[in-house]
Amino acid sequence: MSPTQKKRFIFVVILVFSASIAAALVIYGLNQNLLYFYSPTQVMHGKVPSKMNFRLGGLVVPGSITKENDSMRIHFKLTDNNNEIQVSYKGLLPDLFREGQGIVTLGYMDDSNIFHADQVLAKHDENYMPPEVAELLADENKNKPIAIPK
Amino acid sequence: MLSLIGYILLCASLLAALVQVVSPTIGLLLDESKYYNKVRVFAYIQFVFMFCSYMALTFAFLSNDFSILYVANNSNTSLPLMYKIAAVWGGHEGSLMLWVLILNVWTMSVCILNKALSFKFLARVLVVLGAVSVGFLAFIVFTSNPFIELTPPPLQGRDLNPLLQDPGMMIHPPMLYMGYVGFCVAFAFSIAGLMAENLNSEWAEKVRPWVLSAWVFLTAGIGLGSWWAYNELGWGGWWFWDPVENASFMPWLVGTALIHSVIVTQKRNIFQNWTALLAIVAFSLSLLGTFLVRSGVLVSVHAFANDPERGIFILCFLSLTVGLSLLIFAIKAHKIKTKGGFDIFSRETLLLINNIFLLVAAFTVLLGTLYPLIIDALNLGKLSVGPPYFNIVLAPLILPLLLFMTIAISTAWKSDKPLLVFNRLKKIALIAVISGIAFPLYFYMPNEMVVFIATILSIWTILGPLDIVIKHITKNTSLLLRAVSVFFAHAGVGILMLGIVYSSYFSLQKELVMQTNEFVNIGPYKVQYKNVDLQKGPNYVSLMGNLDIFKNEVFITRLFPEKRIYKLQSKPMTEAAIHSTLFHDLYISLGEPLQRDRWGVRIYYKPFMSFLWIGILFMFVGGIISISTSVIEKRKIQNTS
Repeated sequence: MSPTQKKRFIFVVILVFSASIAAALVIYGLNQNLLYFYSPTQVMHGKVPSKMNFRLGGLVVPGSITKENDSMRIHFKLTDNNNEIQVSYKGLLPDLFREGQGIVTLGYMDDSNIFHADQVLAKHDENYMPPEVAELLADENKNKPIAIPK
Repeated sequence: MLSLIGYILLCASLLAALVQVVSPTIGLLLDESKYYNKVRVFAYIQFVFMFCSYMALTFAFLSNDFSILYVANNSNTSLPLMYKIAAVWGGHEGSLMLWVLILNVWTMSVCILNKALSFKFLARVLVVLGAVSVGFLAFIVFTSNPFIELTPPPLQGRDLNPLLQDPGMMIHPPMLYMGYVGFCVAFAFSIAGLMAENLNSEWAEKVRPWVLSAWVFLTAGIGLGSWWAYNELGWGGWWFWDPVENASFMPWLVGTALIHSVIVTQKRNIFQNWTALLAIVAFSLSLLGTFLVRSGVLVSVHAFANDPERGIFILCFLSLTVGLSLLIFAIKAHKIKTKGGFDIFSRETLLLINNIFLLVAAFTVLLGTLYPLIIDALNLGKLSVGPPYFNIVLAPLILPLLLFMTIAISTAWKSDKPLLVFNRLKKIALIAVISGIAFPLYFYMPNEMVVFIATILSIWTILGPLDIVIKHITKNTSLLLRAVSVFFAHAGVGILMLGIVYSSYFSLQKELVMQTNEFVNIGPYKVQYKNVDLQKGPNYVSLMGNLDIFKNEVFITRLFPEKRIYKLQSKPMTEAAIHSTLFHDLYISLGEPLQRDRWGVRIYYKPFMSFLWIGILFMFVGGIISISTSVIEKRKIQNTS
């Protein structure tokens, strides 16, 4: 090989090498970190593998919020107007967490069908409905009157 | 009336932009210089119209003209003056106006500052800049007119989104746009150079200050955005791997590759096509960023379908720009021959490696950002890519980059010997390894290997260029200035890395319910909760917490975290209070009231948080020194010749 060819060859090797490392990292990273979104109904129908982290979305059921005194644990129910799921969360809630608000939580289901959330997300807009939640409500309620609680 | 004037000015500016594209194109095709040697004039005319149109919109905000829908949606009589000016770019339509205005400012700067350019070359540059301007102006005029009237006009506006009512938010978007749009100049120079089949070192010398300026603004814009998120969102975080953030980070990565490859082209007259390609990619990613943020696809791919005009317009514009520029590249690039050669072990090679790492990093970010959108568009389910993805993927790409940074600046152009470089760097390597192991071990006892590796490499990145500055102190000023600019830029990366690693691995967090005079210890601090009282702001009421901070039983300061409720939008907003020192931040934000005067409080202790901001500031300063050095060198050459 001439020096130019040798140089080119080495560059191609570097490029292929780094690209394949990056590809491996991407595949590994994606596998570990994809968070699927499920609705309470999907969870109730057993579509979610146990012990897997996922995002659960829905409306906060009015009157379902209970706070434990002195600890920061809070319990509430999430609904898609068909099924409800009991959620347990410890920590401060986002500014816009309130009854009837569409929110997304992140966590896992335990054996007694309680969802343990380590994150609760509600965006800064009182009209805001997380897109997944909005669509889900539209899907689940096609055949019934929409009853989004105020 | 005002809305009509504004709209007409906007259309006039679109016309001027069209002429700016068409006239020189005809001239270039017919080879008639009379069609293109006056092209500057059209750029000036376009700027004047655009500027006046923008001022009309600003005036509408200042005069509370709620007969304009956009003003009514984004302003309010009680909004402070500062935020009225910022509210102009607070929504979709106005931010696009700002985009085009900034494009015009860049175009003007090219016309004024690049006097030495040949008419033909300048004409080509202005055609490209004009074409981009036409695209965006048409987008505003046909889909996003900010001057739409609202009848009857309401008495009061809906107020600016409270999240945006922050000094950081005032300057962050213009800075970011200056960066985004700034890559357009490098892009136009590349297309013009490709058309002329000339991308030599003279070309690189002209394009370099423009690339650097865009990069400096983008760096500042991203830095300000992070600073705003840290202060305003109340979660103690500063970067969330949100698609909007990624949209600004990708052009930054490619832009960083570009500022290095353009140096190689300038100094050695090689990598010419590569530099042009990077400029095309950087600008395409800026456009992609604009598309992601402005089309609504990020809210949901289906929101894109709700407002198809806008989304499809930008998507077509994006494909057209990328497609056309790559086509030009494909036709012209092979005609550009480079002569200079270099050895396998040389600064050229190391800079190429750095380029590949940066490009691959940008690509992985792109993948993580677009993956959920693609999956959703194919109806394969809804998912999101969690922040750990980006950390896992980027850490192995960025850490070797730090290693190469210092090796590259210590290696000679063209050819060098590994042993010589090793001898030059061995002292620094030794200091970096010893201090990089001893420091975290003594203070933090970390379990993770990556903390040691990152500390060693950060110190390595800071000391390497520092050593070169010391060696250059007695040499001539131009060389010294170059060394100083490299020091600031590279050390900035090291300092930033230290800030990122220490503030994320060793931060402490407490969330608890506090009542009057209760204490809590966090790190070296003791925090005492006093009370929460009611304060009034111009357009909000505030629940203001009073917390006393002690260190070693000595009173340090009192912090006032707030919970603001904006009257018109009745949105609660958390304003964190931060006690910031060089080596750590104490960050307090208020949660919510619980029974009997007790409040939920969130307290963070974040070591080395200031390093993050200092690192970004260093990079910014490095960029500015580098621009001024380029200008000074140019003056010298002009004076001697």
